Amino acid sequence: MSKFKKKRGKSDPAVSTASLPDIVFMLLFFFMVVTVLRDSELKVKVTTPYATELTKLEEKSIVNYIYVGRPEKKYQAVYGTRPRIQLGDAFSTVDDIPLFLEKHKVKVPENKRQRITSSLRVDGDVTMGVVQDVKTKLRKSGPLKVNYSAKKRPD
Amino acid sequence: MAKSSSRDRMSNEINAGSMADIAFLLLIFFLVTTTIAEDKGILVKLPPWSDEKPDITQLKTRNVFSVLVNAQNQLLVRGEEVDIDDLRERTVEFISNPTSRDDLSEAPNKAIISLKNDRGTNYRTYLEVYNELKGAYYELWDELSRKKFGIPYSDDMPIAQQKVIKDEIPFVISEAEPTNFGEEK
Repeated sequence: MSKFKKKRGKSDPAVSTASLPDIVFMLLFFFMVVTVLRDSELKVKVTTPYATELTKLEEKSIVNYIYVGRPEKKYQAVYGTRPRIQLGDAFSTVDDIPLFLEKHKVKVPENKRQRITSSLRVDGDVTMGVVQDVKTKLRKSGPLKVNYSAKKRPD
Repeated sequence: MAKSSSRDRMSNEINAGSMADIAFLLLIFFLVTTTIAEDKGILVKLPPWSDEKPDITQLKTRNVFSVLVNAQNQLLVRGEEVDIDDLRERTVEFISNPTSRDDLSEAPNKAIISLKNDRGTNYRTYLEVYNELKGAYYELWDELSRKKFGIPYSDDMPIAQQKVIKDEIPFVISEAEPTNFGEEK
């Protein structure tokens, strides 16, 4: 009994946690910088195919995303299993694309509008028909830079 | 006396113990919402739409490298069936024409690749074909860049040098309106 008491009395019990906030803040800033807030929930299943000749899209703000794929299971009762287009967070048709592009365009500063890129995130198992319709619409309505989203092929 | 004692109390430090908790809360929020995955892909520039009929200029057949992809994802390159693994090699040979054959392109800057697919073609196959064609050009650009500037070709090299290379071997892919035989109903 007495032994224990003596020891406790001598040593300093508290570990200083004064620097803990600094460490946590450092981590916080790291994650804040690398974070891209997911703006839309995916309603279609998209598994992009593999490719090797990839270009990285640098500036996120000048990119608009068009998703093409088959609806997820829970939406299949309503939307069926045929490939669908998703713009923002809603199922859409090709006719909605021009408006969607316009809405994105007004948010981009004028000097960057030339570089607006459409990122087509298309499921690998989709047939070209729907992709072709999207391409035709894009050609008709403006931004011609298109990025076929793909993953790096593992060696 | 009373005053000074109150000042003593005031000069105590602010308790910063809860700072860590607040920071943790923010940290966890950002951890959860983070998606580090970056967007990569094959960058393509589409031709602008025109309602006029394209004027048909007769190209020499030897300068056209036609690639057809059907709804069964099979490849027909210049009239013969080709496996996708051989496509890059064939394309490189066609563009550079190292042995000066008279059925391959006259010069790299005259070569035109014509790609046509079906509405029923799988997107994965389409992208793979596109990837191979682009890969073929990258190979040639790389070779030329090493010969001319002594450095491998990359998208980060000076624009002027890139331009020199792309003037010599321009990337020309003409995509025809797809056929519609095998689109899923």
